[in-house]
Amino acid sequence: MPNKKAMLIDISLCVGCNACQAACKEENGLPPREEKNLSLTAYTALNKYNDLYVRRMCQHCDVPTCVSVCPVGALTKSSAGPVSYDGEKCIGCRYCLQACPFHVPKYEWSSTKPSIRKCKFCPGRIAKGLPTACAEACPTGATIFGDRDTLLGEATRRINAEPEKYVTRIYGDLDVGGTSMLFLSPVPFEQLGFDSRLGKIPMPMLTMSALSKVPNVLSVGGVLLAGIWWITNRRSEVQAHESALKNGKLPQQEDEA
Amino acid sequence: MKALKLPQLTGWRPIAITLILAGALAAVARFTLGLGATTNLSDEFPWGLWIGFDFLGIGLAASGFTIVAAVHLFHADEYEPIVRPAILTAFIGYLLVVLVLIIDLGRPDHFWHPLVMWNPHSVMCEISWCLMLYTTVLSLEFAPIILEKFHIHSPIKWIHAVSLPFMIFGVLLSTLHQSSFGSLYLIVPNRLHALWYTPLLPVLFFISCIASGLSMIVLELLIFSRDGRPFLPTRLRANLAKAIALTLAVYFVVRIQDLLSRGGFRDMTTLTYYSVAFWAELLIGFVIPFALLLFEKLRTSPAGLYSATLMVVLGFAFNRMNTAITGLEQYPSQTYFPSIIEIFIMLGVTACGFCAFSFIAEYLPIFRVEETGTSPHHEALSGEQEPLVESPECEELRPSQVGPISHAPLHGG
Repeated sequence: MPNKKAMLIDISLCVGCNACQAACKEENGLPPREEKNLSLTAYTALNKYNDLYVRRMCQHCDVPTCVSVCPVGALTKSSAGPVSYDGEKCIGCRYCLQACPFHVPKYEWSSTKPSIRKCKFCPGRIAKGLPTACAEACPTGATIFGDRDTLLGEATRRINAEPEKYVTRIYGDLDVGGTSMLFLSPVPFEQLGFDSRLGKIPMPMLTMSALSKVPNVLSVGGVLLAGIWWITNRRSEVQAHESALKNGKLPQQEDEA
Repeated sequence: MKALKLPQLTGWRPIAITLILAGALAAVARFTLGLGATTNLSDEFPWGLWIGFDFLGIGLAASGFTIVAAVHLFHADEYEPIVRPAILTAFIGYLLVVLVLIIDLGRPDHFWHPLVMWNPHSVMCEISWCLMLYTTVLSLEFAPIILEKFHIHSPIKWIHAVSLPFMIFGVLLSTLHQSSFGSLYLIVPNRLHALWYTPLLPVLFFISCIASGLSMIVLELLIFSRDGRPFLPTRLRANLAKAIALTLAVYFVVRIQDLLSRGGFRDMTTLTYYSVAFWAELLIGFVIPFALLLFEKLRTSPAGLYSATLMVVLGFAFNRMNTAITGLEQYPSQTYFPSIIEIFIMLGVTACGFCAFSFIAEYLPIFRVEETGTSPHHEALSGEQEPLVESPECEELRPSQVGPISHAPLHGG
């Protein structure tokens, strides 16, 4: 897809100034105080590992787990990249919170009409051709916004140019089927709180292996059950008929045993 | 066709009423204050006790489809007397689960959305459709019992005309959603502990629900025939026990084989928070009852059968709660224990279920003992297979007919 947008986050360039969070909060009208973790009022946050800072936010996966689990389609993936949420559809089953491999969605637990909240990937700005608020605010270029293909090329170029500076991996290129957030790191990603168990296969495939059998269960099962009914029913009828003949009577229901 | 006199459980009623009232108050609190203030659920633990209860309720109601399949589709007609208890159990079980699901939803006012907004990739969507359709099938299977009581016969005739496809559909729906409750967790391999996570979760959920559903119905048989009038011959009850034992064995072999083949030996044999829960569920629910049910003497004795099936139900509850709660905890840093309101809502709903069951069993012809000399087959044919319009006639004819062709000794227990 030519115009699929993404962000490249180069962990080695991040100085932990938190400008991304401040800009995000301003863009989304959230209270401006600094927060260390994702929350209802922080759609992005910086986690500190020794002297490295790692941004957390919705990964906007190419094959999003949350979109696949939502029973009512309240979460959707747009071709431009953002995974969007429609609170008017949401029934509040919280399967997305349970299933998201990155623990991203946060729930309005204290509300009686709760929604989930998470990074929206600034769809309004993208539509206008602008970069996301956080990428625009980043003073060091640790977060840059652009077409996914271009950013992947740039990431590869950086790794090849300075192989001693980076681990040879672009997190998000293939992980869980690819994400819109691409990370470069000077140390192995496992040391920075990235889940190493997730693999490269999109999580929804795990469910599809079971769900894809539903039509088979219905068709084969239906025929099988109807067949068993027909055979056993026939057997009862024959038995009833034979015992009726033996007793020298016309077949009647009470002789069926 | 005489209703079985039920044992009076003194002390049960005040307890049940207290629980229901407490549950109702807790529900009011939940709806006015929201989930955050009334439950211990959180972003890290978005599903808790209520989801466990849903698994449990659906699993224990599984007799609704197994018995219907055995009697009406496979023509094991001698089990006809337990069809109605099984359908009633399933009907109540499903209604309670739907109730708890609605309480659990963050937006209960949007509960109908899955009807019009589909996502075919979502297990949750499949489950809500199955639950809804199967509850409809159950209400059709249950309706004749009520209609019969009030002597309204024409709809019964209509229901019976379409009953076969509906019964087949019901069995298929049950197969689907019983296993789909396991499929819910296929997508969280990174969260659910390896002792419970397996690609075979749907298969294991399906196998275990057969054992738990049958155990539940055997328990009901034992409880409701306390005054010494068994309405299912001991031989048939022992056969059910055999079926339970077989299912337990299959489950155990599949589960252990799968765990070992995926390298779970270490998890199983190291003493941890998880392995204790794992072995507790397997020993209580599967290994010990299987061993007990191997003995003919225990299969035929009410006390033996009672303890074995009770253990199956408890172990099953343990298994579902472990899958829904223990396996998702990050012990000891991140654990979950339900709040008092979550517990009260669950107890209140359970008490509602018990009350509804005993009330309906008392006033509707659910548990029927054959009068002396009447074949259970008569009941089967006049009650279920044949259009019920004819049943009053059959009733009148019976005393003169039953004399020469009594089958009672054959089924005597």
